[in-house]
Amino acid sequence: MKPSTDRAFDFAVRNATYLIFACVLLYFGLQSPGFLMPESLANIVKQASFIGIAALGMTFVLLTRGIDLSVGSVMFLAPLIAGFAMREYGLPVWLGFVVAVLAGVVLGGINALFVAWLRVIPFIVTLASLFLFRGFGTWLTSSTQFDFSEDMRSFGLSSVVGIPTPIVIFAIVALIAHIILAHTTFGRQIYAFGNDPEAARKSGINTQWLQARVYVICSVCAAISGFVLIAQIGRLDVAFGEGREFDVIAAAVLGGASLMGGVGSAFGAVVGATLIQTVKLGLVFTGVNLYLQPIMQGIIIFLAVFADGLREKRLLSRLKRTIRPLENA
Amino acid sequence: MSDLLTLRHLGKSWFGVPAVSDLSLGVRQGSLLGLIGQNGAGKSTLMNMIGGIVAPSAGDMLWRDKPYRPQSAADASAAGIAFIHQELNLFTNLSVAENMYIDGFPRRMGLIDWRAINERARSILDRLSLDVDPATEVGHLSPGERQLVEIAKALHNEASLLIFDEPTTSLTPRETERLFETIATLRAEGRTIIYISHILGDVKRLADDIAVLRDGQLVDQGPEADFPIPRMIRSMIGRDLGGLFPQRTGQPGDTAVLKARGLTHPGVLKDVSITVRDGEIVGLFGLMGSGRSELARILFGLDPCDQGTVLLNDAELAAGARARIAAGMAFVTENRREEGLMMDATIADNLALVAISEFGRPPLFLIDRDRLLERTEAARQDMSIKAGDISRQPVKALSGGNQQKVVIGKWQLEHPRLFILDEPTRGVDVGAKYEIYTLVDRLAAGGGGILMISSELEELMGVADRIVVMNRGEIMGEFPRGDFDQERILAMSFREQAA
Repeated sequence: MKPSTDRAFDFAVRNATYLIFACVLLYFGLQSPGFLMPESLANIVKQASFIGIAALGMTFVLLTRGIDLSVGSVMFLAPLIAGFAMREYGLPVWLGFVVAVLAGVVLGGINALFVAWLRVIPFIVTLASLFLFRGFGTWLTSSTQFDFSEDMRSFGLSSVVGIPTPIVIFAIVALIAHIILAHTTFGRQIYAFGNDPEAARKSGINTQWLQARVYVICSVCAAISGFVLIAQIGRLDVAFGEGREFDVIAAAVLGGASLMGGVGSAFGAVVGATLIQTVKLGLVFTGVNLYLQPIMQGIIIFLAVFADGLREKRLLSRLKRTIRPLENA
Repeated sequence: MSDLLTLRHLGKSWFGVPAVSDLSLGVRQGSLLGLIGQNGAGKSTLMNMIGGIVAPSAGDMLWRDKPYRPQSAADASAAGIAFIHQELNLFTNLSVAENMYIDGFPRRMGLIDWRAINERARSILDRLSLDVDPATEVGHLSPGERQLVEIAKALHNEASLLIFDEPTTSLTPRETERLFETIATLRAEGRTIIYISHILGDVKRLADDIAVLRDGQLVDQGPEADFPIPRMIRSMIGRDLGGLFPQRTGQPGDTAVLKARGLTHPGVLKDVSITVRDGEIVGLFGLMGSGRSELARILFGLDPCDQGTVLLNDAELAAGARARIAAGMAFVTENRREEGLMMDATIADNLALVAISEFGRPPLFLIDRDRLLERTEAARQDMSIKAGDISRQPVKALSGGNQQKVVIGKWQLEHPRLFILDEPTRGVDVGAKYEIYTLVDRLAAGGGGILMISSELEELMGVADRIVVMNRGEIMGEFPRGDFDQERILAMSFREQAA
């Protein structure tokens, strides 16, 4: 390839998600001008906050070459525990929120224990905890729906200086995640670990503790995301959060997180989640057959993952071990 | 001058096999010690013990005359010992400055103080006269620049002992020159250095003292002035052969089985041509990083190659391993456990793997289990693999030598024309080695061509008809059997002229 086309291709591959996003917005905007109005855009971000908050946590895990399949169950179980605590002890909503976060810490701690210290591969650990956490919740509720108090719903529908609370929480979590990932030792060590776990160990990084924290963060994010959405609905069905782990992983990957670790950002997770929601809402807006929506989502994930594969391949070819100096170097 | 680091009767065994034994050595404060030895002489184990990666099983170490027992890499680094590894321990997705401070960033109000980091990194890079922005991602740097970043990383910790392990392998001559200048600067600052290299000329040029390891022991040491290169080579070799190798039974023929011409791939091979005749065992010798395994992978179609042709029985081969297997090539990989065998599967299933499509029985092409067992049992006897029930016993229950026979056996079922054996006796005990040599001889006597890669020169001298020497992706020359001379072959692989 010529250098110029090569560079253009490089750029496209690097920013595939943003290009897709721009195309999607443009397409729906042309189809239905009302789509680009502030209200509908705000609506998109509000609805994206649910998957988005969890995708932020998932990004931490993906950065370390791990995966967390249990997020859907944590979204269900952590708010449920908070709900029981609120009902039993008459806790206010904000304390319920704290309980949900603590439940997230404990649930994430279970994953962390197995992944970091017992060295079981993350896929298997979190597949088991997916069933375990949901099973525990189903047992607690005896498979019935759990109703929250009115306070919970008014919290979910409240707003801060005109901005809906879910968006505010989404923004706060995103900001914290960004600061941790980009501006703390822990965050940069996550990237280092994802790039080369063995070298990270040799550099004197406490890799077990690092992995453990990442799974706790992921579960805490899932707990918050579940709590925030339930606050908008006011009740908790047995099937709540089921299968959401895939939306969450898809959003993180769409946002540029690599399953091979070491690549991804908080900003990317926000973009990925928003993109998925944009497509969902856009299809509703333009009156497309709703059954086509999963197909569209599948196609977009395919495109993004394909771009990720290309990116990876180019990186690899650049890093290939050389045993003699390159003639032109 | 006193010793900065003292090793006393240090030893380490892996599963009862000593890698380093009873090694005593002092490293003088402010000196540069050149450490040399053949592959497998115990250099890496020794360095890993100093670096806290591996715990010694005998003896002890003194650091500044106090007992030194590192439990982890962090301990070594805290003591002031830094490693510049052959395979660089850099994170390509992070910036130069981040790589330098990854084990502890300076912080301001809990967050990383980017200004301080970039400034400090800048000043260290300046000292090394490396002109890159500390915020550059390491993935964008050249191998030479990365090497200097690794040194910068060692310097920010104010390491007083720097250990270089084959630092020049992937450097251009200019980058190497630059590295040597940097080493001179480090020495002027009073730092102590251990320099490990296969390039004897470099060692001679840089070192004050030279120490030679062989079979895990310190066999020779002295000041550089008393150490001409021939003495280095003599000390590195020095073992009696004889009785270790079986008599060759066949004679090489005249027909070329494999003809590779002008193989060139940037950064890997340069104009490599090699011929293997029927019934001939060609030994391919080279040090770590000489490109021998890379050549094997290219010949077998596993890695791409820009230029050059590969002919088998005078027919040009299509790209890709499948085509080459079909044409009659077999490849016994150096990573037996990961690439050569399914460790948990049975011996029979492993033996049948390459020829598996032959066992399909029409019309549905389901596997004909009886025929498979019959053929694999015949192969087991043919290879004299010591095993019980091959349809039940997993390969992992076999000894290393017998595992290797399974790998060779699975190819033998297809009666290949050319065998590429990459380190076939690695991790195999002496007795089993003899059996593998016998097997290799038999394969050759059966008319196949053999290309055998090994880092043990004695082994190639014992079994090969001809030895081809590689260095840095190029063929340096070859020796026919009558002309085998350990010193000259080794010298050629080091790119030195034997005196």
